[in-house]
Amino acid sequence: MNVSVAPAVDRSAAVQAAAQPPVLAVKNIEVIYNHVILVLRGVSLEVPQGKIVALLGGNGAGKSTTLKSISTLLASERGAVTKGSIEFRGQRTDQLTPGELVGMGLVQVMEGRHCFGHLTAEENLITGAYARSIGRAQLREELDRIYAYFPRLKVRRSSLAGYTSGGEQQMIAIGRAMMAKPSMLLLDEPSMGLAPQIVAEIFEIVRDLNQKEGVSILLAEQNTNVALKYADYGYILESGRIMLDGPAKALAENKDVKEFYLGMSSEGRKSFRDMKSYRRRKRWV
Amino acid sequence: MPDFWFFLEVLVGGLLSGTMYALVALGFVLIYKASSVFNFAQGAMVFFAVLSFVGFMELGLPFWAALPVTVGLMILVGMGTERFVLRPLVNQSEDTLLMATIGLAFVIEGVAQLAWGVDVRRLDLGIRDEPINWVMDKTGMLVSQLDVTAALVAGIMVAALALLFSHTKVGRGLRAVADDHAAALSIGIPLKHIWMLVWATAGVVALVAGMLWGARSGVQFALVWVALKALPVLIIGGFTSVPGVILAGLIVGAIEKIGEVFIGPYVGGGIEGWSPYMLAVLFLLIRPEGLFGEKIIRRV
Repeated sequence: MNVSVAPAVDRSAAVQAAAQPPVLAVKNIEVIYNHVILVLRGVSLEVPQGKIVALLGGNGAGKSTTLKSISTLLASERGAVTKGSIEFRGQRTDQLTPGELVGMGLVQVMEGRHCFGHLTAEENLITGAYARSIGRAQLREELDRIYAYFPRLKVRRSSLAGYTSGGEQQMIAIGRAMMAKPSMLLLDEPSMGLAPQIVAEIFEIVRDLNQKEGVSILLAEQNTNVALKYADYGYILESGRIMLDGPAKALAENKDVKEFYLGMSSEGRKSFRDMKSYRRRKRWV
Repeated sequence: MPDFWFFLEVLVGGLLSGTMYALVALGFVLIYKASSVFNFAQGAMVFFAVLSFVGFMELGLPFWAALPVTVGLMILVGMGTERFVLRPLVNQSEDTLLMATIGLAFVIEGVAQLAWGVDVRRLDLGIRDEPINWVMDKTGMLVSQLDVTAALVAGIMVAALALLFSHTKVGRGLRAVADDHAAALSIGIPLKHIWMLVWATAGVVALVAGMLWGARSGVQFALVWVALKALPVLIIGGFTSVPGVILAGLIVGAIEKIGEVFIGPYVGGGIEGWSPYMLAVLFLLIRPEGLFGEKIIRRV
């Protein structure tokens, strides 16, 4: 089913990828909610060490479900992975709890930010290090490291997180996850409900974290344009299946992606209203 | 005796009995903070704890052996609650949890009476519900020894718990869990341990409250209803605040005694039973989060 759009992949990258196993490998998973609702129908994807991989798609495509299956947060929402496997650093995750995965270095930043509203910004960050047993001095150091990436949070450190702006809450959520010292982050829609300027600010920080801390990132986004700008590789998910994947640059140039996700066509920019839905269905599913 | 001393006596009596309410309310606050649910079973836990304690003493255990055994039992109850009630209900709505605690209350009450019978027991802590002599000699006020002891014990427990919440890692984890279960899970705060700890602590608080109330009014099924007295305390103090319930406990204790003695005669008496609830209703109208409760933060 997968259509690879870029046969001319960078050879050296391919060789490298073959030499080094991916940090995260999702193999053909199927997810069912409440024993009846089939949400993912055979999703496979890989995240190479130190890369940013974007998982794109519309509402209800299964992006969040994919991330939650990886972090095993799915279990508390009555969902279950019924087929396929997920391996993080070569170890299957299906028997692990979210807490154990955090300990192994995999942290999810949930959709909708989920800050602890009644804790201050700084306390929120500190809870991120809960699973690590570190002393006061080291905790202080870790906080300063996070504040270096998010200077805005340093200013707002003693405000209750519930009273901070949406962008600041997103920063708290990402910073809190970084306090666990993860080697891999799962970011679920960091752009949700934010002004374009703030979105750019947050994505710059994410790229910074990726480059300076070497964190591999799997990013679920609806904002295809921004996501492809910052990601190395992209997967497009529709109705629980991967429809297309390729290097981010190739995807951004792809005709179908342009038409369906970026609102462009060969005749220039086009309104989504003019698009015929039957055509979409015919082409994609 | 001058009127002033009489007023003071009533006030002190009220404040001291207020600490006992606060102690019961404390159990509710603990659980509300961690599970964001009003624990209907708290009264049952008070009853179960002290009944077991008396039961162990009847089996021949001395006081100092029966106490740790009962503490251990309450810790087991807390762990069991986490395992069989809370864990299967993770991420369910608060209403579902509330119903579960009602069920839990029936189970605990049933088990308590099944195990230890339904007779009213006496509990002798060696402290008598009698006036302290030197206070009486000096001022003419009647201040009960038991009340003073209860107030001291309550004060110590409250101080310890307040410190636990605000200054320790576990306390921070607990507040995080109270705010957002899913987010707490996602960053690796072990919900299981925190819930177990909190329910076990609430069990121990229930034991202490039960012993003090039991010593005063006998160990009997009516102890379950002591929990209802804690309800106005919770509403006035705020469901999530340890200092709040202490202050509210004192207010409720003082209001009910002073109201009974000084206002009661004008309306035919018997207002002790309902005056705290009236005050609670007023609070619900004017300041629904209570004195120190967490404000409901909602971004629009």
